Amino acid sequence: MTDKAKRISANKRKGKSVGAALLNIPYMVWAMIFIIVPMFIVAFYAFTDADGAFTLENFKQLGEYRDNIADSFIYAFIATVITLLLAYPFAYFVTKCKESTQKIIMMLVMVPLWMNLLILTYSIMNIIEANGIINNFLQMLGLERLQMINTPGAVILGMIYNYFPYMVLPLVSVMSKIDNSLLEAASDLGSNAVSRFVRVILPLSVPGIVSGVTMVFVPSVSTFYISQKLGGSSVNMIGDIIESLINKVATRHVGAMLALVLMVIILVCIMLMNRFSDDDEGGMIV
Amino acid sequence: MKHIGRIYMGIIFALMYLPLLVMVVFSFNESNSTAKFTGFSLYWYEEMLNDTAAMEALKNTLVLAACTTVIATLLGTVAAVGIYNMRHKWLRTGVLSVTNIPMMNPEIVMGVSLMLLFAFVGRMMGAVESLGFGTMLISHVTFCLPYVVLNVLPKLNQTDPHLAEAAQDLGSTPVQAFFKVVLPSISSGIVSGALMAFTLSIDDFVISHYTSGGYTTLPLLIYNMTKKRVTPEMYAVCTCIFMSVLILLLVMNISQIRQSANKNKK
Repeated sequence: MTDKAKRISANKRKGKSVGAALLNIPYMVWAMIFIIVPMFIVAFYAFTDADGAFTLENFKQLGEYRDNIADSFIYAFIATVITLLLAYPFAYFVTKCKESTQKIIMMLVMVPLWMNLLILTYSIMNIIEANGIINNFLQMLGLERLQMINTPGAVILGMIYNYFPYMVLPLVSVMSKIDNSLLEAASDLGSNAVSRFVRVILPLSVPGIVSGVTMVFVPSVSTFYISQKLGGSSVNMIGDIIESLINKVATRHVGAMLALVLMVIILVCIMLMNRFSDDDEGGMIV
Repeated sequence: MKHIGRIYMGIIFALMYLPLLVMVVFSFNESNSTAKFTGFSLYWYEEMLNDTAAMEALKNTLVLAACTTVIATLLGTVAAVGIYNMRHKWLRTGVLSVTNIPMMNPEIVMGVSLMLLFAFVGRMMGAVESLGFGTMLISHVTFCLPYVVLNVLPKLNQTDPHLAEAAQDLGSTPVQAFFKVVLPSISSGIVSGALMAFTLSIDDFVISHYTSGGYTTLPLLIYNMTKKRVTPEMYAVCTCIFMSVLILLLVMNISQIRQSANKNKK
């Protein structure tokens, strides 16, 4: 290319990037007003009292809710681990199926996602509640009724049910990309099934694990509906607390403080998680 | 090994579909219990069709989802084209990071933050009730936008930039080149982004819960009903939704499989 042609092409590029910047303006304005500003407003509410004066009073109440926050993270953690343990072999078996079968299986995995979370949870409640389907069945057999509802276990079960597909999807998409020749090479070099799994399949599926864990953990830890329906009054998660505080004007600022704390903890967790898997496109989180 | 895999997948599917099965079965229940099946009847389906509140909520849900899809798809596609053409890497990274926020942030935090924004602005403008269809539409567009952007962007990355340049060399304006060359090659991304926006909007409960005011959608109606005991009518509504989704997905998948089978034959 001659110098002149290069210059013309560079000028074209420049013109293009100015045009592109204009294209971005509506989106950037939208994102600014409805994503960034609301986050600052949460922070503003968290640091002020009802009159709008600066205060740290809200954060002093954080100690009161320490147990609820701890419980939320423990339950969500347990639910995430169980979901991962159930979904990992499932995803592995899916990738071993024929391609047309795979498509149908994945469709069946997605269908419950289209069902409303509320109705799914309510249906689970019908199954395990005191006068529910399992207990009716046990009674028919002359067995003793079980107390299943209103326990942390029931809440964890609800989380697993609602978010299981979110774990399967990324795992399958990562595992189906693993090159079979890598496994063949590993066995040629003398590894057995176990070491093939530990040294080839597992490391290559880490990105899927990371995004699956994030997609299950974040909605689990912040849920309020599942814990309301399946946990009753015995389980009060951080989501329940925020929900009850934010609706009353008098306690709104404390609720905002808890929302801010939850957001910061989760964004830090995600940032740490993403250290494990480097994603080239998509920008950094936060 | 193959048998173990089949059995394992079978057990998982059986457990996964158990609550859905319960929903479908009890929607045909004769009595108003959702735990004891007394006899088959279509009573609750009739009841559903006569329930004006449920029908109104269904209409509201669809109207909101349609408006959300149109706005989010337009805005998101334009944004993706803009991001794709950005030359400054730091700016691109910044915009993409902001795009990720609604997907990473817990829904409850998103809902609360938008509610506080609307309350704040409403108070400044002296409005008594600041929430309604408008605020809900804004919120839905906000959480659907990232999904549109992230569906369109990879398609743009796959297209050959020289094609658009070639079109311009052959005399089309940049706008013509975009509509005639770039747009057709990213249309599949736009469609899947739009589909995702539509389903996310229909299904959303948490963010709607905080931003709805008096505008009731189906998930909000279900929430209000589950505060008390639910009658099988709600199950009937959900069974209808479930069946339409299932049939739609089946048709889409079968036609896809047929298409690829035909291709292989050729």
